[in-house]
Amino acid sequence: MKFTYYPGCTLRTKAKQLDIYGRKSLEALGVDFEEVKEWQCCGAVYPISRDEVATKLSAVRTLNSAKVEGEGKLLTLCSACHHVLKRVNGDMKNDENIRFKANNYLALEEEYAGETDVIHYLELLRDYVGFDNIKRAVKNPINKKVGAYYGCLLLRPSKELAFDSPENPTIIEDFIKAIGGTPVIYGMRNECCGAYVSATNKEIAVKKSVKVTDDAMGHGAELLVTACPLCMYNLTENGNKKVPVYYFTELLAEALGVKE
Amino acid sequence: MDKLEQVKLVKERSGTDARKCMKCGKCSGRCPAYNEMDVKPHQFVSYIEKGDIDKLLNSKSLYTCLSCFACVERCPRGVAPANVIEAVRQEVIRVQGENKIQAEKVPEMIDETIPQQLLVSMFRKLNK
Amino acid sequence: MQRIGVFVCWCGSNIASTVDVKKVAEVLKAEPGVVISENYQYMCSENGQALIRNAIKEHSLTGIVVCSCSPRMHEATFRRTAESAGLNPYMVEIANIREQCSWIHKDMEEATEKAIILGRSAIAKLKLNAPLTSGESAVVKRALVIGGGIAGIQSALDIAEAGFEVDIVETSPTIGGNMAKLDKTFPTLDCAACILTPKMVDCAQNEKIDILTYSEVESVKGFVGNFKVQIRKKARFVDEKKCTGCGECMQKCPSKKGLNDFNMGLNTRPAIYIPFAQAIPNVAVIDPEQCLKLKNGKCGLCAMKCNVNAIDYTQKDEIIEREYGAIVVATGYKPISLENFNEYGYSQYKDVVTSLELERLMNAAGPSEGHLVRPSDHKEPKVITFIQCVGSRDTSGCGKPYCSKICCMYTAKHAMLIREKYPDTEVHVFYIDVRTPGKNYDEFFRRAVEQYGVDYVKGMVGKVYEENGKLMVQGADLINNEQVVIPSDLVVLAAAIEPSPTVRKIATMVTASIDTNNFLTEAHAKLRPVESPTAGIFLSGVCQGPKDIPETVSQASACAAKVIGLLAKDKLKCNASVAHSDETLCSGCSVCANVCPYGAITYVDKEFRLGGGKTELRRVASVNPAVCQGCGACTVTCPSGAMDLKGFTTGQIMAEVDAICKR
Repeated sequence: MKFTYYPGCTLRTKAKQLDIYGRKSLEALGVDFEEVKEWQCCGAVYPISRDEVATKLSAVRTLNSAKVEGEGKLLTLCSACHHVLKRVNGDMKNDENIRFKANNYLALEEEYAGETDVIHYLELLRDYVGFDNIKRAVKNPINKKVGAYYGCLLLRPSKELAFDSPENPTIIEDFIKAIGGTPVIYGMRNECCGAYVSATNKEIAVKKSVKVTDDAMGHGAELLVTACPLCMYNLTENGNKKVPVYYFTELLAEALGVKE
Repeated sequence: MDKLEQVKLVKERSGTDARKCMKCGKCSGRCPAYNEMDVKPHQFVSYIEKGDIDKLLNSKSLYTCLSCFACVERCPRGVAPANVIEAVRQEVIRVQGENKIQAEKVPEMIDETIPQQLLVSMFRKLNK
Repeated sequence: MQRIGVFVCWCGSNIASTVDVKKVAEVLKAEPGVVISENYQYMCSENGQALIRNAIKEHSLTGIVVCSCSPRMHEATFRRTAESAGLNPYMVEIANIREQCSWIHKDMEEATEKAIILGRSAIAKLKLNAPLTSGESAVVKRALVIGGGIAGIQSALDIAEAGFEVDIVETSPTIGGNMAKLDKTFPTLDCAACILTPKMVDCAQNEKIDILTYSEVESVKGFVGNFKVQIRKKARFVDEKKCTGCGECMQKCPSKKGLNDFNMGLNTRPAIYIPFAQAIPNVAVIDPEQCLKLKNGKCGLCAMKCNVNAIDYTQKDEIIEREYGAIVVATGYKPISLENFNEYGYSQYKDVVTSLELERLMNAAGPSEGHLVRPSDHKEPKVITFIQCVGSRDTSGCGKPYCSKICCMYTAKHAMLIREKYPDTEVHVFYIDVRTPGKNYDEFFRRAVEQYGVDYVKGMVGKVYEENGKLMVQGADLINNEQVVIPSDLVVLAAAIEPSPTVRKIATMVTASIDTNNFLTEAHAKLRPVESPTAGIFLSGVCQGPKDIPETVSQASACAAKVIGLLAKDKLKCNASVAHSDETLCSGCSVCANVCPYGAITYVDKEFRLGGGKTELRRVASVNPAVCQGCGACTVTCPSGAMDLKGFTTGQIMAEVDAICKR
């Protein structure tokens, strides 16, 4: 099976580690993948208003690329991209109005109706590679207490994202165990860090990020992992600055021995 | 614009049925930004159903909602308060001259490390 | 030529406000065969019925059509009316112009036209009706009660009191059900065990009652008055007749790590156990999944220690077959699984418990002997927060759309009991609405607030998380318009209740109807609340809908009264609309017998004359009219069209369809 790899804008600039280590790990795990040709930004936020179509088009283009270029398995790493792509894909599948208008505008060779599967890198590890296989491939176990930081975009709304239990998720904890770490469960792991308002309302972002990082530390976390460049930025800049935050792919690469 | 028309538009855009609300307040019990809001998540649902749009259009909550979907996730009646907040915000920023971010001011708002994804989000949420 | 009377009912304004009843009567009067057509405000009233009776006599009517409500409502009424005027009751046809017409249409013209068509259709059918007479069948004077909770116990006791034999079939090793687990009961706060165990003992001692515990209904055949039921008595590996309930075996059993179901899994029990001290029967049972002897043949300690040789590792399940005249379904409820409600931390934190678990924690016979301690560290909680409506009134798909009805009262009870026994403990209750209809109920709830100082917070909880050893309960306080966070030591969830999972299987076996929430449907929501639409099946307790103990007991007794009324009869009138086979067409293929759910069809070899003095012996279907319930399955299955249903013949149905299609 070949996956169509979608890095998204931030992974080429500020979140390079998420991308680079993600690719290295895929190679180490023997996952076949190819980057989307001429990809563009997913749109960064999912447009909730039912009358918004234009702001969904770039996501539809990417979804369609995966259908046309590859085997219809679109692999994403960034929580926000995953969130936007999965929900827009749901609209293309289920909302006749949006499907009609988007197709009308894009005038694709063949109409797109949500045929692509949007798969987050963590879902790939869980459902296609298997955490047991990762455990076997680990060369340098991460012998640390690691707090999983889910935030909001990965999990909610759970009916649309169907990613994991929205209030008691386990996927990142299972991942941490697989790479030899000890997961730390803490209440704020699925609370929003407030990243969206970090430039316009820094005070709130600081309050929320400090709450998350303090809670994780209070439960013994030595480091945090995230899949989201927004959370990474916000927790690092606006958190308590006492607990380092890593992208999960960086820890994976380290555990697999492919981090230079 | 006619108030009634505005209320109708907001309801349509939100895609949620405020009448399903049973006024349990779970959305507000769950909201991480509750203390930063003047109009609370459950009140967005209540005011839109009553047609009191002015309170919502002028609310500071439009800019403090974190769009984290906690309220949507937990509502026992399938109502989506965040969708109402978003629909009202659209109603505000779609008016000419109501953009909340001026591009020329962006450099002073940001630092080196800010991911561009945040900038795109900001413009998408606060400008039209 | 038939002489038909048509009677159009207004049903007050129910029909008349949407259907022009006078016009309907007028138009139908012109139909061939109709000699009189009348309309009246309430045809089912005494005056209305008199109008029908008089018309039958005066006009020598051979059949009548009543255009009114659903036949489910008043067909029986009008049949009796006709019979009292000397007409065969099966010469009555009902045109449903209420449920199927006036209630669902808005436009008067359209509704009137449809009512006329429905009337014509009934007339067309009536023209092909033939007078039918019902047979009779005997009634087996014994009742089956499925479920041994308070509902089943009360129904059984009342039926036995009237002198009829009753069997209680209970899946668990003891009767008592959920009520046996409760500490105190509202609104009077008497101890559940004190009022329940005497009733359990009464059941055991009543010679009319046979208690079959650790047993399940395997199959049900037959019909009202004559049910044939197979019951599986599961192997308990202990001879019920020999065991004295001394409990010696429990002490000696080395495999002690089974979760104690009776204590909601809050502590453990041995592989051989008696569920609780007052269990009926007071007999041990072995959990085969846990017993070392049954699993790998190594142990046998209990058999060695048993003074009366009651242990039998070779015991097998046993199938018992019995006959009953009536069946009471009293399968009860269980709290829903809370896997969709992790925001309250039930799976994550030990000190988040359900209300039923709290009952055990407060019960003198519970795991902490009535000393309220939290499960994690066995310390006394100083702040306890209750959350109501956990999964009730939830249409998001995570929970149940209905109100579970009992939670408001039991939460007030818990709060009050805690404040009474541990006055230093702070108690908070998050609620959406407090619903306390019932005698002395609201007064009870107010006592919790006014006398015991329980803090009621109007609003729901959004999240429970742990911080510095406290459970932080974050919720909305809608009255003060603020978000509150209450650091608590114990959190109690009022989980919604749902019908016992066995009920679907039982409902299928007895062909009782069930609603989308798996509650059994009553024959009429208001007028026949304790009967299933299926004759001979009665509903007792929560299997029909959420209810508390007083209501359950009332319903259980009402249900018993209905059963007694049935069993008191020696003979039951059978359904006259039964199937019959046209022997000249029947090929004896057996297809009809295979689909008959009542076993009413057998085959006989019959001699047929072929002409020229020759005869032929042929196998043909024969319907036992006392057993046939007139479901019609055989008539649609029969490949040669030999099977037909009296009163609903293919010819009659085609005549109805033709009348509807004709313009």
